[in-house]
Amino acid sequence: MKKVAVVGYGNTKFSTDDIPIESLLLESTKEVFNTTNNLSQDLIDGVIVSTNDNSKYLGAILSELSGIKPKISHTVEHLCSSGTAAAVSAFSYIASGLADIILVAGADKSDNPGQVLDWDRSRGEFTRPIYWASMFTKAHKRKFNTTEEELAVVSAKNHKQALDNPHAYSHKAYTIPEIMNSKSITDDLRMLDCSYSCSGSSSILLASEDMAKKFTDSPIWISGIGQKTNSASFTKNDLTGLDTTKSAADIAYNMAKITANEIDVAEIHDAFSICELMAVEDLGLTKKTTGAEFVRNLFNTENRQINPRGGLIGAGHPLGATGISQIIEITQQLQNKAEKRQISNASKGLVHNMSAAATSSTVLILES
Amino acid sequence: MNKFEEELKKGNFITSECHKCDKIVWPPSDYCDNCFGNVNWRKISGDGEIIEWSKKGSDVFCIAEFEKTIRIMGKLNTKNTDAKIGQHIQLSECSFNQGCRFIFT
Repeated sequence: MKKVAVVGYGNTKFSTDDIPIESLLLESTKEVFNTTNNLSQDLIDGVIVSTNDNSKYLGAILSELSGIKPKISHTVEHLCSSGTAAAVSAFSYIASGLADIILVAGADKSDNPGQVLDWDRSRGEFTRPIYWASMFTKAHKRKFNTTEEELAVVSAKNHKQALDNPHAYSHKAYTIPEIMNSKSITDDLRMLDCSYSCSGSSSILLASEDMAKKFTDSPIWISGIGQKTNSASFTKNDLTGLDTTKSAADIAYNMAKITANEIDVAEIHDAFSICELMAVEDLGLTKKTTGAEFVRNLFNTENRQINPRGGLIGAGHPLGATGISQIIEITQQLQNKAEKRQISNASKGLVHNMSAAATSSTVLILES
Repeated sequence: MNKFEEELKKGNFITSECHKCDKIVWPPSDYCDNCFGNVNWRKISGDGEIIEWSKKGSDVFCIAEFEKTIRIMGKLNTKNTDAKIGQHIQLSECSFNQGCRFIFT
């Protein structure tokens, strides 16, 4: 299997603006071309689009708009983790030798249809993500005595970290009391505990080992991939643990031949505050039941190890772009190019992306 | 509309089950998820218990479990301001009009 690296990237600003999906995809792709040395259209073997948008044939449309005539071109949809799913597809094409260079472009609009899974009849009329998040939060409070203040720390940390992310939707810091007093959505969820569905796009360029050095002196290698799907129905879930995340993390660590305590920096799928507390434990970044204490300590010491770009809560959540934006953040961290967000001496990073109340998860390990 | 939705529209809460594998096939499907054989359809017992709950405004919503297998989210019609884990409930109303709706008492 050939080694595969991230060798280029581009982000748009995440916003609530109504921008055509093609325009979003083209804007982050343009950024890849503007910032990647020696890149020309004829070098690209594949264009893979990640989105929940209902538009068709976007791989071919983006290729035409970008002047690319790729061998491989298609769309990947997997709800909130479409971005990492598309990156895994691109990795596989390159690792197998079917392609050397692939552009992965993710985008969604703020009103995208990926927020509700109509098929899941078990959700009854409670189809929106706030309802499963309320169930997760209530169950976690009951089992682990998790407090509203502990949940608010996640949001305070991620909003604060997003201040230094020029592409983030939110550029406002909130105090813990402000978060705890923000608008009540349900008894177990406040407005500032929620990520916001955004319009935005993120693109990466993946290349084989043979080609990587053409584009950058510091390729970032994808050394571990773990994915797991347990169901599509939310109500089959365990409410206090992210089982698919645990499985995906085990597979990814095993492939990369590393352990969780070697991870220097991680992008975590904090769709809601409760998700970050659960994920840091289920990824093994801290011991079970210590998630809240771990995150509070990061906040108090201004340690950006978890969600340096502000997470989904601070940066916003353009579904098809999110996983790719997470990969870009870890790439920049490992290249020592994350500017004000930089973690010192980071050499191993993790991306955690999940869908539909953790019914499926993807974990990637990246190394410099 | 599939069989489950057609029956739900008439107010019937049904599930698929596989006699060969002796199991409830849930979520409802045309074939068994174990042997891929044809399923039978039958009404689900309306006796359930609350697995988890929360509130939106004055509305209590919850995950309820039926026949120790089938979990759905619905609204709990209650005079109380809260609910309890393990609380016995009855499915009192179900409907389908574009989406599903389940009401418990």
